[in-house]
Amino acid sequence: MAHADFWSPILISLKITAVASVLVFLLALFAAYLLANRDFRGKALLETVLMLPLVLPPTVVGFGLLMLLGRHSWLGHFIEWLFGQPVIFTWWAGVIAVTVVAFPLVFQTLKTGFESVDEEIKDMARSFGASEWQVFRHVTLSLSWRFLLSGYTFGFARGIGEFGATLMFAGNIPTRTQTVPTAIYLAAESGDMRLALYWVISLVVLSFALLSFVHRLRGFTAKDKAR
Amino acid sequence: MRPLRMFSSSICVLLFTSCLLVSGCSTFQDVSPDERMPLYVLSAASLSDAMQEVKSVYESSHPDVELLESFGSSGTLQQQIEQGAPADLFLSAGEGQMQALLAKNLIDTAHRQDLLTNELVLIVPSDGTTSTVKSLADLTQPDVKKVAIGQPDTVPAGHYAKETLSAERLWQPLQDKLLYAKDVRQVLTYVETGNVDAGLVYATDARTSKRVKVVVTADANSHNPIVYPYGIVKATDHAKQAQALYDWLQSAEATRIFASYGFKMSGAAGSGT
Repeated sequence: MAHADFWSPILISLKITAVASVLVFLLALFAAYLLANRDFRGKALLETVLMLPLVLPPTVVGFGLLMLLGRHSWLGHFIEWLFGQPVIFTWWAGVIAVTVVAFPLVFQTLKTGFESVDEEIKDMARSFGASEWQVFRHVTLSLSWRFLLSGYTFGFARGIGEFGATLMFAGNIPTRTQTVPTAIYLAAESGDMRLALYWVISLVVLSFALLSFVHRLRGFTAKDKAR
Repeated sequence: MRPLRMFSSSICVLLFTSCLLVSGCSTFQDVSPDERMPLYVLSAASLSDAMQEVKSVYESSHPDVELLESFGSSGTLQQQIEQGAPADLFLSAGEGQMQALLAKNLIDTAHRQDLLTNELVLIVPSDGTTSTVKSLADLTQPDVKKVAIGQPDTVPAGHYAKETLSAERLWQPLQDKLLYAKDVRQVLTYVETGNVDAGLVYATDARTSKRVKVVVTADANSHNPIVYPYGIVKATDHAKQAQALYDWLQSAEATRIFASYGFKMSGAAGSGT
């Protein structure tokens, strides 16, 4: 096993998760903001639909993406017309799969955060003439930052381990779309348990590094408070 | 305010690095600097080692072609082809998936056949203790407590194992000893770790482990042929290149690669075209 063959899935996993985690965070931020503050007909239904990727097996989500964005759908045709090639089996397919699968976790965390902010504090800010944007920016976000951090971390962690939807939608092409989880699957399938183990260790190290970064961020604020 | 600012700046840094990473690997997909013709080969995961060697050998003798091999279970690959994923060649580990695609008119009927065959073997742990099992019939001995096979309904290898045991009139006598695994790999692990006394797996799987010993190869007539069919996907944009690869996979050079991983050429293939 050459060096490049070992590092390639790790780099691809990092790239896909780095992009997807930011993308899913922004999408979830938008959705959570809308749903935490408004009541409208069909809200419960919409929320259930948004939570679906959490209940469905990832392979089913991947199959759904294949159907929705495949060559036989109008959306798939549009993408092919736009970029000159289908999105299936590309690097971006991996980003889409991770984004969809990680969305419910991030969304739910952010929404809980926004709902935890006391309505009276927001009203107070409004009484001082703050616009809704200012209230969101300076009150809601400031008071729920812990949830933002957890939400982002959840998204990243769920994304780095994504397997089923990625395998289905992005394929398992070494050096192109093969991520650490799909590489582990293939190594185990062909009996190379040592290589599989090394990749498992790399996943654990990555997650550990991420979580200790989050802990450090939290640690800083604990000191802030103490002051 | 400070934590929020710190958090949003970390997000910004991430966003920035992601942009760099994305632009680093071009806009939509990694486009190889050279203009090689990409051929998508959707291959059963059990063929991955052999097919990755095929890739390097084939590309060095065909510099104008790049093989993009994607690996998954035959069922996953079947669904990808049905939904119009880019695919030129399909190598299945089971006849069922190939038949399903043929029925939907997605595989070129003139360019499909059985490429490889595999064998079913009886294995025991190779950890010093000399097993008394020398044949399939020995499985009925009292000191053989557990025998692992794949779940016959869902695991193809388990289905073949059931056929062989039935043919040898051992299926009923062994009922209390049989342990069903969710795939062949699990059978192999059970035997490797000594958790069962024997198991039935493919010859290609047995080769990958030093901790199991092949006792005997099941009589090929005791079960249906274990075949790996392959074919050209009808929707291919590169019919000529796909045809060239299709033919090459039956060549002496390809045969040598497959044989080195324990596969045999199917009777239909391997004529050295």
